Amino acid sequence: MGRTLIQKIISKHGGGECAGGDVVWMDIDNRSARDFAGANVVGNLEKYGGDSPIADPEKTFFTFDCNVPANTIPYATNQHRIRLYAREQHLKVWDVNAGIGSHVVIEEGLAKPGTTTIGTDSHLNIMGAVGAFGQGMGDVDTAFAFKSGKIWFQVPESVKVTLKGMPAPGTEAKDVALAMLREFGSHTLLGKSVEVQGEWLDQAELSDCITFASLGTELGAIIILLPPNQKVLDAFSMKREEAVYADDDAVYEKEYTLDITGLTPLLAAPPNPHNVHAVSEYADTKVDGVFIGSCTNGSYADMAYAAKLLKGRKVADGVMLKVVPATRTTWMRLLHEGLLADLFDAGAIVSNAGCGGCASGQIGMTGSGEVQISTSNRNFTGKQGKGDTYLAGIGTAAASAVLGRIASVNELEEV
Amino acid sequence: MASLKIQGRLWVLQRNGELISDIDTDMIFHNQYLAITDIAKMGQYAFDNLEGFKDFAKLAKPGDIVLAGDNFGSGSSRQQAVDCFTSLGVKAVIARSYGAIYKRNAINSAFPVITMPDAKASDFSHLETVVLDMEKGLLRDRKVEPMSGVQKDIFFAGGLFQYAETLKK
Repeated sequence: MGRTLIQKIISKHGGGECAGGDVVWMDIDNRSARDFAGANVVGNLEKYGGDSPIADPEKTFFTFDCNVPANTIPYATNQHRIRLYAREQHLKVWDVNAGIGSHVVIEEGLAKPGTTTIGTDSHLNIMGAVGAFGQGMGDVDTAFAFKSGKIWFQVPESVKVTLKGMPAPGTEAKDVALAMLREFGSHTLLGKSVEVQGEWLDQAELSDCITFASLGTELGAIIILLPPNQKVLDAFSMKREEAVYADDDAVYEKEYTLDITGLTPLLAAPPNPHNVHAVSEYADTKVDGVFIGSCTNGSYADMAYAAKLLKGRKVADGVMLKVVPATRTTWMRLLHEGLLADLFDAGAIVSNAGCGGCASGQIGMTGSGEVQISTSNRNFTGKQGKGDTYLAGIGTAAASAVLGRIASVNELEEV
Repeated sequence: MASLKIQGRLWVLQRNGELISDIDTDMIFHNQYLAITDIAKMGQYAFDNLEGFKDFAKLAKPGDIVLAGDNFGSGSSRQQAVDCFTSLGVKAVIARSYGAIYKRNAINSAFPVITMPDAKASDFSHLETVVLDMEKGLLRDRKVEPMSGVQKDIFFAGGLFQYAETLKK
């Protein structure tokens, strides 16, 4: 019987001939913890780790991205506790200047197709973007992975979604991800490994795949797994036979088709990510702030697209535009290629790399009544402040910043 | 050595003839007691916020087994909601299903949580003495899901980190 992508990745990592529902031990290639919960991981290792708390220092590291540099004393204290522990155990720390851990790990080529990564970031399943396993875990399980190189995991059931057709021009990966949330809500795919394929994904850039897979957590899925296309393989200088793919005759618990032919820009209105509507339905809503960044939309390609749209244009009076590139590498490229100037001249506030708007206050919060367009992945009440957060793509965010009201990118081109 | 076959009184957590579902971590171990870190002191508060079973901690005896409905342990990730049972000497919880974090916490701390997908209150008498065989997957004469290999590894080691120690030998 043919096997699904997640079954094959887990099997390759010591999980045996596993099927959906089986509970297995699996080997983890990349064992990480971030500044959030990382200090608890250290605490667990100090308490239970014994004489050899780290199985393999080469595969074990910390990434600081939530609160960088720390703007609260508890965060500063926790980060420093981690640094001291890492020094003692000879572990790499991607410190407060590095950017979002999940993106750093992809950029560094550690999370490449077919690998396994765990850590304390609930969006680590973003690794599904490159046909790799990733999973956010609690501090106990993460500490155990540091110590043993393994986790235990219940193999999820696999479902398959086929995206049919191509979206309309001016529609981007975020809109396709929002179309998934509109179709499936937060329950239909709960606990599943969701393999997605289709014409649009066959030609998608790595950054599009990252954006698309990053909404897996909001769909309730264990992971959205994308079979690596040629562009993704090229990004890791890999050949097709080096990556892992589902068997042609793989058996899925359920198969769905989502027609995205002619899809136009979408947004998720408050109070949750599956409250998805056409951008045009909200065209009269005045905007107070715009956030461009996050693990969902913080890649170089996203930033470059924002810079292209904003070049020679101005952010509307009374609108704050906050831009946070995902990683230092992206930041540097934007700087050296002059794109940072385009963003800055348009009126943007550009912060150092990190989680930005999704982390407590790294680039400010919204106040009561404030309307914010955000390219991130969560708009639950309180997540990015007290205001009303609408989730959207780069085009919608940039257009709304310039026009001062919710607008799609096509309206910007008329300005 | 820990055994996979145990015998004890069965607490049938029921209301109007149905097993109670959605017993969350605040009903199991209320957040007002979260400052407690000594396992020995946790038992006295087990279920003290579960309507109908608030005297559980007083009446429970070492060796008892608990039976509940769906989504047992939903809510927060607090470890005390598992440890309060260990504290009382309760030997296992059986439920139709569990909150995902609760199940993970319990397995990691070597506390037996057993799934019984078709559990019904009417199949058992409250506080009857039953045999639970976690190897074969039997509660008295009814089927339950046996422990997985992973769950057994951790159970016999006495916890997740204790299991890690066994890997090095």
